[in-house]
Amino acid sequence: MSAKEQKHIRVIDTTLRDGSHSVSHQFSADDIRRITGALDRARVDTVEVTHGDGLGGSSIQYGPSRLSDREMLQAAPPEMSHSKLAVLLLPGIGVQEDLEMAYEEGARVARIATHVTEADISEQHMKLARQIGLEVIGFLMLSHMEGADKIVEQARLMESYGANVVYVVDSAGAMVPDEVRQKVGALRGALGCHVGFHAHNNLGLAIGNSLAAIESGATVVDGSLAGLGAGAGNAATEVLVAALEKSGYETGVDLYGVMDAAEEIVRPMLKRPQMIDKGALSLGYAGVYSSFLLHTFRVVEKLGLDPRDILIELGRRRVVGGQEDMIMEVAMELKRRRDQRPEPEETAP
Amino acid sequence: MADADGKTRAAILGTGNIGTDLLMKILRRSAALEVALFAGIDPGSAGIARAHERGVPTSSGGIDAVLADGSIEIVFDATSAAAHRKHAPLLRDAGKVAIDLTPAAVGPFVVPAIRCDVGAERNLNLVSCGGQGTIPMVYAVSRIQPVAYAETVTTIASRSAGPGTRQNIDEFTSTTAGGLVRVGGAGRGKSIIILNPAEPPILKQNTIYTTVDGEPDRDAITRSVHEMIATVQQYVPGYRLKFDPVFDGNQVTIMVEIEGAGDFLPTYAGNLDIMTSAALAAGEAVAAQIRKAST
Repeated sequence: MSAKEQKHIRVIDTTLRDGSHSVSHQFSADDIRRITGALDRARVDTVEVTHGDGLGGSSIQYGPSRLSDREMLQAAPPEMSHSKLAVLLLPGIGVQEDLEMAYEEGARVARIATHVTEADISEQHMKLARQIGLEVIGFLMLSHMEGADKIVEQARLMESYGANVVYVVDSAGAMVPDEVRQKVGALRGALGCHVGFHAHNNLGLAIGNSLAAIESGATVVDGSLAGLGAGAGNAATEVLVAALEKSGYETGVDLYGVMDAAEEIVRPMLKRPQMIDKGALSLGYAGVYSSFLLHTFRVVEKLGLDPRDILIELGRRRVVGGQEDMIMEVAMELKRRRDQRPEPEETAP
Repeated sequence: MADADGKTRAAILGTGNIGTDLLMKILRRSAALEVALFAGIDPGSAGIARAHERGVPTSSGGIDAVLADGSIEIVFDATSAAAHRKHAPLLRDAGKVAIDLTPAAVGPFVVPAIRCDVGAERNLNLVSCGGQGTIPMVYAVSRIQPVAYAETVTTIASRSAGPGTRQNIDEFTSTTAGGLVRVGGAGRGKSIIILNPAEPPILKQNTIYTTVDGEPDRDAITRSVHEMIATVQQYVPGYRLKFDPVFDGNQVTIMVEIEGAGDFLPTYAGNLDIMTSAALAAGEAVAAQIRKAST
């Protein structure tokens, strides 16, 4: 394929949003400056900077962040001359005033996320975002939980509210490539706007699923440096860029630049390795929102339970994104059951 | 004005699901209130038909029909925030007490388990379903020890969230957060709402996090929470504590679930039931205050 025929793929880096789960939302202003600077120099199209659970996400439920939403955004723009600054908002957590603040601080893209069946709660926020001059991107979270028809119906709502891109979001890292092709393909056929895909690596499929999405018509994909992100993390931006290039797509991203940023800036910031441990794998296997992982680890540490038991039970209950409080409830129930179980009787030798 | 049987005459404005559930509650459960008028603006509404079947006087004349009846002393407004803003001054001028189930917040917030005074405004606002479920628990902690911060998570079944809630979700979060501070007694408040589409529908659940000044007095807080649960249960029988409060440093976590009474709305719609139950409790408290003042 000659350079002219190469299809352009827009890469949105979410190291400083989804990736903030990996550091329990403790990025400093200096961390943000260094990472946004490196992404901008590597000519990444869009850079997302927000608490992992979006604007207003700093809370007991989701974990407090080191900086306020405003302070996080203020750290980014001086470093950016090429990349667009994006924020995430989940209606029910963040409010419209947060979008106005984000615009004031230089954000130009608003990603509005709802559970895959609840797109209509985004109407207010999408319309406001568009009105104040933000590009609107819709996020249908936990897309593995519904069939293609439902996803199409909900994506059409987001498109009607002004979304320029609607994403199939595999929040649980539970999708396999065939499913990605089917769902992304269905959106491609039904929508006039762009289709995006956001992967999690809980089943080791983040890069493979992103490629499958692009083959099926997605033109926007998410990555994060060194694969940071909730659960086993997202598709690693540097790996994604390399794999896309080898598959004949053009991203405009400087591969060495993102490789260096991942290795020299981001990886040294990590307190725990970003990998598919048994907890993360259980998320993908049970279809549970990836952000639950570290919260689950914290609860089991106190109560002495197996994190897998909690995650599998949460999956069985079809808990949705944002219901981190259910971890405590399930843990208390498992503990009660364990405590009630009679001790095995000792038998004479 | 009380009826011959001593009941206070009330009107319900708004004949949708909320208005209809409140109607059924008053008919079934209230010895103090009589529904003198069930009024909306749609003569063909299912709610009007249902009220008519039960012999309740109905009207499609809306607020005008309510104002025309001088014997009506209490008006439950189950319309919309925008409509209530118009109704509020008219009801006040007509000398009627308004109990507002919309998020308009014209009058002061009221949670019956905590306090319920007619006050000078004669307009009581019921905050939000999340507020009715969570503020009593914040108050149960703050009456023992100062609460610096309260954060609440309300999770409801998708099917119980109507278009009004969906298109105004910010109104829910900001109104509820305000109630945590103004009625619950927290220094700062934050509120989160989540819709869960699982089938069969989940019961409404509330998680209440508070951070207190200093080491929490575990026994006193646990006792206070149980007492407050019993108080709320007097008017919301399906209000239940999931387990004893969990203490972690200066943080207290309380989880409750709310099963609706199923008077008209399905039992999973505890979010709506707690509003109509609170409205009835507020109405009865107001009726008692009116009777006391007139004797």
